[in-house]
Amino acid sequence: MAKSDGNGLRVVGRAQRKVDATPKVTGETLFADDLSFPQMVYCKTLRSPHAHARIIRIDTSRAEKEAGVLGVLTGTDLPIPFGILPVSQDEHALALDTVRFIGDPVAAVAAVSEEIAGEAIHLIDVEYEQLREITSVEDALANPEPRIHDYGDSGNLHKLISLEFGTVADGFDAAHLVREDLFFYEGSTHLPIEQHAAVAMYSADHRLTLWSSTQTPHYVHIALEKVLEMPASRIRVIACPNGGGFGGKSDPFSHEIVVSKLAMMTGRPVKATLTREEVFYCHRGRHPTHMWVRTGVTKDGHITAMHFRTALDGGGYGSYGVASTYYTGALQTVTYQVDRYKFEGARAFTNKPPCGPKRGHGTPQPRFALEVQMDKIAEQLKLDPADMRLKHLVPADSLTANYLRVGSMGLAECINKVVTGSNWKERFRRLPHGRGVGIACSSYISGAGLPIYWNNMPHSGVQLQCDRSGGVTVFCGSTDIGQGSDSVLAYIVAEVLGVDPFEIRVVTADTDLTPVDLGSYSSRVTLMSGNAALQAAERARELIAPEVAKQLDVPTSRLVFAESRVFDGENPETGTTFAEAVQAAEAAVGTIGTVGSYTPPASAGRYRGSGVGPSPAYSYSAAVVEVHVEPDSGIVRVPKVWIAHDIGQCINPTTVMGQVEGSVYMGLGEALMEEMAYRANRRVVHKCPSMLEYKSPTTLEMCEVETYLVTDPDPNGPFGAKEVGQGPLLPIMPAVANAVYDAVGVRVDEVPITPEKVLTALKRKANGKEGGGRYGPTHFPEIPWPDPTRVPPPWEGGDGKAIRPSDEDAKAAAVAQPERQH
Amino acid sequence: MAKNRKGPLTKAHISFELNGEHTEVAFAPHKTLLEVLREDLRLTGTKHGCELGECGTCALLVDGRPVLSCLVLGLACAGRSVRTVEGMASAAGLHPLQEAFAEMGAAQCGYCTPGFLLTAEALLNGNAEPSRDEIKDALAGNLCRCTGYIKIYEAVELAAARMRGEDARPAEKSLYGEV
Repeated sequence: MAKSDGNGLRVVGRAQRKVDATPKVTGETLFADDLSFPQMVYCKTLRSPHAHARIIRIDTSRAEKEAGVLGVLTGTDLPIPFGILPVSQDEHALALDTVRFIGDPVAAVAAVSEEIAGEAIHLIDVEYEQLREITSVEDALANPEPRIHDYGDSGNLHKLISLEFGTVADGFDAAHLVREDLFFYEGSTHLPIEQHAAVAMYSADHRLTLWSSTQTPHYVHIALEKVLEMPASRIRVIACPNGGGFGGKSDPFSHEIVVSKLAMMTGRPVKATLTREEVFYCHRGRHPTHMWVRTGVTKDGHITAMHFRTALDGGGYGSYGVASTYYTGALQTVTYQVDRYKFEGARAFTNKPPCGPKRGHGTPQPRFALEVQMDKIAEQLKLDPADMRLKHLVPADSLTANYLRVGSMGLAECINKVVTGSNWKERFRRLPHGRGVGIACSSYISGAGLPIYWNNMPHSGVQLQCDRSGGVTVFCGSTDIGQGSDSVLAYIVAEVLGVDPFEIRVVTADTDLTPVDLGSYSSRVTLMSGNAALQAAERARELIAPEVAKQLDVPTSRLVFAESRVFDGENPETGTTFAEAVQAAEAAVGTIGTVGSYTPPASAGRYRGSGVGPSPAYSYSAAVVEVHVEPDSGIVRVPKVWIAHDIGQCINPTTVMGQVEGSVYMGLGEALMEEMAYRANRRVVHKCPSMLEYKSPTTLEMCEVETYLVTDPDPNGPFGAKEVGQGPLLPIMPAVANAVYDAVGVRVDEVPITPEKVLTALKRKANGKEGGGRYGPTHFPEIPWPDPTRVPPPWEGGDGKAIRPSDEDAKAAAVAQPERQH
Repeated sequence: MAKNRKGPLTKAHISFELNGEHTEVAFAPHKTLLEVLREDLRLTGTKHGCELGECGTCALLVDGRPVLSCLVLGLACAGRSVRTVEGMASAAGLHPLQEAFAEMGAAQCGYCTPGFLLTAEALLNGNAEPSRDEIKDALAGNLCRCTGYIKIYEAVELAAARMRGEDARPAEKSLYGEV
């Protein structure tokens, strides 16, 4: 047991192993594909070879007759649609009448071996009528027909958003400098090393159990209830430890529903393990995003207005896309003060694997654009880009123009750490040609303020049991995807009850056994399930303490729970073991069990669309990236990154470090090489559905990382903790782009920054051609934007609500109010 | 279940040394070592990420050398010595590499971990004091999406030092960050 820190904490804040570290290094951890059951059979899925087609006829008779085949399913067997968001229930477990991307599931077979199942799917005859495929956002705009879905804002536009906080035109008028820039952010995929797998079992008493590599067992539970038309109380979903998620296992998936149905049909346990190629088709990764940004600043870089447009290539289904689209406009305001802000976002349906939430969910794209533009603005204003940022930070405990409530805000210290650590002042614009440094900052949510489906119940729940042996068991629906959420529960309970975290039993992610936690997404688990665990543990302490106080004859206020004892803080020898303390309490009040739950604070924004962006706490990051650019080849190498992350409070600094380093790694991949690319001229075939062709950083590309953990406890976090799983990825891509400019004087306004793009920009610069020294998009798609929802910012008298057209007079009066006050 | 299901089933039968124990196993002859281990011997510690030889996840040792078990036929292992992650720990405790991986947080999701452990073990067997660059070279064929590899390098260095008999501890900045 660690000794008490200066802040009185004994467990929280100490570097230690994860509670599941041992089974992970011995290979004992059972991932979904590691499970097998007597009489288990195997499922394979037939997928569409066409990007867009109508299914005319499916004949499964040959497959059904094949020896060893036990069941065949097609779309009509599972006709009820599902989807992660209530507003886009547009998926079918197997295509009902239309396929929408190459790889869309069409039919499935259960057979006694994986091999027979794999052969049998090719005995299914499907007749398709091919439809024109929609290949891009522009294509979707130009071709409202054929519609990929019969819902959405119009034609093949899934979603259009327009929000204006204050009149941006006034802000641009007041600006010293107004810049317009265009950016493109290529799509990328999660590439978890574990391929998705699921096993279903249906018992003779009509109970269904599904084990799956999912980040969101609760939402899978809801989808199964809906599609299978079965009471949720008879469905048990167990999320196995995920072999990496990064957002890619957050949707309910076809294979999860299909194995469940096949288990019900055949009475046998059914397993599906996706091939790597199929994992690429599941996707739900980063949306390819076009961006247009107009920003007005004063002479010292204060942002008087920002107008941000995004156009997202959504792929064939809704997935989280509506939320993703809002996220491309939500967090621009939480780093630097923005007086007036307008956001217009669009998502198009295209005939590609669906995009969704990848680490950073919708925010890396705009953050890339914003931070590169800040670099350009600083240069134009002849300001140091670090100093300019420092001068205009959003203050702690304030409301932004779009009504996000910022609590603790440690970005200034983050910037200072990386500026000092990297020796920025001596190196920026001073390194020899071919070498450069770039800086960027970012922020991310620690959990979303609203649940995915409307309800007013807690977002996370914990049950705690203390037994006579002194054993403590924590039950929570949260899902460990490698980030260490099981350990966070153990550390927090251990801190409060004074026991060893490795003695605590953690039972998680099982809908039969554990209270609901919404899932491992939105960087929500440490804050939300951590707070629920904290509450449950404090309640257990309150049950136990009075009985110990009676026995020891000391006031409860003097009792200390530490080192598996409960003792008098003034006379530490006077005490009892934790087990004896539990026994005393059990004798007095009965079985010792408590519950805790967490509901985030209400959002300040009350306009339509205000549900995306609010969070109990925002994390902040700053990064300096050093690059070496070979002017002859355009190859960019990153030797080193300095990154500082405002974590609020570390629950375990070593796992926090791991998240920061892992984020830098994944950001480097997006910055330099990763692309989910299609051969648009060849019917939207995926260019590279393999790990060999989808380039991701190996040990040879990964850089050195210097990590600074900034602690500034947030009142909403458990012990002050904020998120770390996603935020530190965000500054990497723009910092690389800014460093490339510092190194060789060319702007690559899109990712990935490949050698070809750098070389093209260098050639343009050398030739003095149009757009000299830049590689990037030259136009933004023509989008029929709706009139904006107008919401006056807080400093213009706004109350978080949109103003109706009839309130225009009131708005005029509001605008006349004095400028923002802090 | 073999492919030839109309005629009598024909399984191959081999004996080999698995984690130091004489082992016999019967399996469909087209199966890879990965499949034989996971499906016929139920040793699921060896994982897979692509089954195409691209990710390094299924790496293990055959006669002391790292191989990708998804690319090796089970039949090719007759009479050979195979070492998997299940053979690394003993009643006496974890292997120093396992200990260091646990301590440094080098296993996040843990899925690629067995492949890294065995590849690193082969490295250390031939080079007791590898440099950071030698570690990177040795592990270049293993993909990890969680850690950014840094904690893995640090764990390999820590284990190497301990295997050389040094009383090595993790650097404070590896556990707590820069000051």
